[in-house]
Amino acid sequence: MSIKVFIPTPLRPYTDKKDTVEVNGNTISEVLQDLTSKYGDVRQHLYGENGDLRSYVNIYINDEDIRYLEKEKTPVKESDTVSIVPSIAGGVDVTTIEDEVQLSNEEVLRYSRHLIIPEVGLSGQKKLKAAKVLMIGAGGLGSPLGLYLAAAGVGKIGIVDFDVVDLTNLQRQVMHSTPDIGRPKLDSARETLNGINPNVEVETYEERLSSANALGLFGDYDVIVDGTDNFPTRYLVNDACVLLGKPNVYGSILRFDGQVSVFDAKRGPCYRCLYPAPPPPGLVPSCAEGGVLGVLPGIIGSLQALEVIKLILGEGEPLIGRLVLFDALKFKFRELKLRKNPECPICGDNPTIHELIDYEQFCGIAPHVTQPAEVVDGETEITVEQLKTRLDRGDDVFLLDVREPHEYEIVNIGAYLIPLSTLPKRIDELDPSKEIVVHCKSGGRSGRAADFLRRNGFKSVKNLVGGIDEWVEKIDPSLPRY
Amino acid sequence: MEANISLMEIVESKKQEMLSVIKIPKDAISQIEKHGERAYPEECCGIMLGRSDGNNQMVEEVVELDNEQGENRGRRFFVTPKQYLQMERIAVERKLDLLGFYHSHPDHPAVPSEFDRDHALPWFTYIVVSVSQGKARDISAWLLSDTRDRFDRKEFLVEEEVNSRQ
Repeated sequence: MSIKVFIPTPLRPYTDKKDTVEVNGNTISEVLQDLTSKYGDVRQHLYGENGDLRSYVNIYINDEDIRYLEKEKTPVKESDTVSIVPSIAGGVDVTTIEDEVQLSNEEVLRYSRHLIIPEVGLSGQKKLKAAKVLMIGAGGLGSPLGLYLAAAGVGKIGIVDFDVVDLTNLQRQVMHSTPDIGRPKLDSARETLNGINPNVEVETYEERLSSANALGLFGDYDVIVDGTDNFPTRYLVNDACVLLGKPNVYGSILRFDGQVSVFDAKRGPCYRCLYPAPPPPGLVPSCAEGGVLGVLPGIIGSLQALEVIKLILGEGEPLIGRLVLFDALKFKFRELKLRKNPECPICGDNPTIHELIDYEQFCGIAPHVTQPAEVVDGETEITVEQLKTRLDRGDDVFLLDVREPHEYEIVNIGAYLIPLSTLPKRIDELDPSKEIVVHCKSGGRSGRAADFLRRNGFKSVKNLVGGIDEWVEKIDPSLPRY
Repeated sequence: MEANISLMEIVESKKQEMLSVIKIPKDAISQIEKHGERAYPEECCGIMLGRSDGNNQMVEEVVELDNEQGENRGRRFFVTPKQYLQMERIAVERKLDLLGFYHSHPDHPAVPSEFDRDHALPWFTYIVVSVSQGKARDISAWLLSDTRDRFDRKEFLVEEEVNSRQ
């Protein structure tokens, strides 16, 4: 059957300058075969090296693209016109990661269990090697995160932290070991990560993340992972990520509960869409105050590592627009859908935040945490040394402990126990005429208790600065610290 | 003396034969540059219409197209088959040839990329304008080699428009 084929301008030099040629065939495939046998030079422009039609070569029967018919098997009739229509594409070279990154034989073997997964493969592993991930915090969440990112072969891992390894960290912060106590967490983290995988470049930043340095620090990285334990930093990480257009892999933990999400304002909601305003200071306890099961950051931090790796690979469905809540006691994962808030002050339709702000102030926290001993107010506060002197002198001081009974069980200094939450109900147990010294673990809860008592007519109430922690450290080191 | 001149003439005419040349009016170039600057940081694209004579082409008109690339327009341009057919039709209506395509390289040199070559067609002239920080910097013209393995630079002859167009 003779079929008319329309030849586009650039191919006409190969068809004796004809814009239409007549060839034979009953299907597109036969028509093209006859065309390329008559005009051999056309072939290389229609077909790629693998023998398939080039991606930008479109074949139409009359007005229909054969992709939506039966492709090359589409039958043709005498009256049909077949058109060869190029779509024109081009653009700057995106030097692909495949070209730039190479894996050594050692790396191929090291990552072999990745390489044989089709979704990762060589190109995925090269993406991991080319990736730069910044971890905020080298603590509970940062530990499994760092370990798995290093093991997975993420090329560059940046860590921001300014803390020193403490004995209380080791129950969950598995990146650090007992001999590391007293060392900067960054030093211990770098050693551990390079011990796992010497191919990883570990860059450390021993500074407190702030509005002044966040944008500069984040700029070099592809993905930011939030492993912090406080609200000002969480809002700071979020805002800096939104302003820079970078994904923020979020995780948080308390006791038996954890949360994970991926905030990427370009593709979904941000942290502010979920929590427009921070909770009042003191309402949500930190892990130091409320405690955390050691395995929990292991689970949540690993989930963050998983999401980081998926983002780098571009595989699967990232946790964007979804918040996962994990209840370890019940062993329940719940997933909440998150929507982008059009009113969001930073990623909404009419953003009002265009630069980083003062996050301590935003979260209602005094900007500077000064050494308690230096600002002791004689009226409302007392130091452990002063208390010790007065007790030794035999002064009539009533000691009140507002911690929880299970904390009292760990260590106590013989004070009368009324947990803060029950204080309003049990206030009658106290004598308002007496001088009372209130303590808790480190001074936070007892400060609130002292305020409460003063408002209720107690004349002489003092808060023990630094709490029982300070007492154990400075007065009686024989007692356990927790 | 005479022999020398004729030798020079022969060399010149040989050179003309070998070189493929595109003549383009100055205002057409500035239209391409301005299009690139307007589209920055995205890539712009469009076509050149004119007359051809062997390897030599004379641009008469530049038509701007919308970049139909769905995503990543900062690094890619795309002309749909529909747009393409329409351009072929316009060329026929105006009794002109579709000479080729131009596009911009935002913050990249005016040199065709591997991607360009892989997606290029023979015969068409490809004009690339580099736009750096929103300013058009450099412009060049290219032709795909017959073996498809490289782009050859095409001589650019800028014409002080008006006269040549009238």
